[in-house]
Amino acid sequence: MAGALEAQSLAKRYRKKWALQDCSFVLPKGRIAALVGPNGAGKTTLLHIAVGLLEPTAGSVHVLGGKPAENEEMLSRVGFVAQDTPLYDNFTGADLISFGYHTNRTWDGEFAQERLAALQIPLDQRASTLSGGQRAQLALALALAKRPELLLLDEPLASLDPLARREFLGTLMESAAEYEITVLLSSHLITDLERVCDYLMILSNGRLQLGGSIEDLVEQHRVLIGPRRTGVKHHAISGVAQVLDESVAGRQETLVVRVDGPIIDPKWEEYEVTLEDIVLAYLGQKDAPAETKKNVRAVAARKAQ
Amino acid sequence: MIDFRLDPRSGVAPYLQLAQQVRHALRLGYLQPGDQLPRVKDVVSSLAINPNTVLKAYRELERDGLVEGRPGVGTFVMRGLDGPPPGAQATLQRALERWLRSAFDAGLDADAVRSLFETTFQDRTTEEIA
Repeated sequence: MAGALEAQSLAKRYRKKWALQDCSFVLPKGRIAALVGPNGAGKTTLLHIAVGLLEPTAGSVHVLGGKPAENEEMLSRVGFVAQDTPLYDNFTGADLISFGYHTNRTWDGEFAQERLAALQIPLDQRASTLSGGQRAQLALALALAKRPELLLLDEPLASLDPLARREFLGTLMESAAEYEITVLLSSHLITDLERVCDYLMILSNGRLQLGGSIEDLVEQHRVLIGPRRTGVKHHAISGVAQVLDESVAGRQETLVVRVDGPIIDPKWEEYEVTLEDIVLAYLGQKDAPAETKKNVRAVAARKAQ
Repeated sequence: MIDFRLDPRSGVAPYLQLAQQVRHALRLGYLQPGDQLPRVKDVVSSLAINPNTVLKAYRELERDGLVEGRPGVGTFVMRGLDGPPPGAQATLQRALERWLRSAFDAGLDADAVRSLFETTFQDRTTEEIA
């Protein structure tokens, strides 16, 4: 199956700083994917390259089999909602819908109108006077009215209260179900996305730490609890391919691991991982910035001494 | 028609929660043969969940012969599920209350009772599957 979004050794440098490095992945069609990472990880850079707002410094990216924004047709097939859902403040909902009609090749204005009516968002009110949740819904309705095959959203939930988040995700999921849209949404919070996403990409320090279907990822990882390992500390545990995170409490040790076979050693109790376990473990990896979990813990341990 | 709800703390996979709720509604007669299950787009819109979660739940129910998907129309109940015969539940509950009293008399506390039930229940169910 062809990917909706594919990157090959993608890199982007701003002056001396690499915002994105050696980034390769294939996001399959029909997925609802979470792009997760701390602030400054390169999420926005990646999304901007995918929609053609930025040129990569190295590597290549393909969107629905073509180059980002290579022609009008490609522009009409990809939807993008930027961070903080920018809208023309003086335009009303009705203005924006008619603006979209004149500036897009494909446009389902009726869909946007029905959507906003269902959410009781007035069409005759200026965008600047709408609440944060209403603005986000308006931006989403406009992006969906394009009838995109791929929809990219940059931190769409960041400024929304819990109720508005749920309504926003409800609208998004309903459209994804009805029109089979591939969705990629970025966030620095995973808990909001646990129920909606079936694909996960973890970005930290400009590098892709992990990418894959959530079902597979949960299958490939475990939390192990057992006696603290002493002496031959890194003695391999059969069935464990990689230890991603370890924390010691007294005589007990808790590990987050990637497995490549059954854990036979009865010393270790095996637990299923949550999506949050996986994200925190990978954000704590070597390339992660200083404020990550493991370092915080190390600092806390030093302070305690 | 029924309304679904998800408990994020139950530890049960969301698709299994949905399938269980349909089975429960079939046992209690809230859903009967010929009834339509909520449409996928309505469920995902009200619960804000991934469409595949609902599809997976409906596929599992279909595999068990409980429902049938009709392309472009919806998913419909094919057969009901028998609940416990009338009175059986009350009898079982009384027996359980007697057992609980004897457990407390023997000095077990609530946690000990729970873990005893859990392990026995798990042993029993694995035996019955095996």
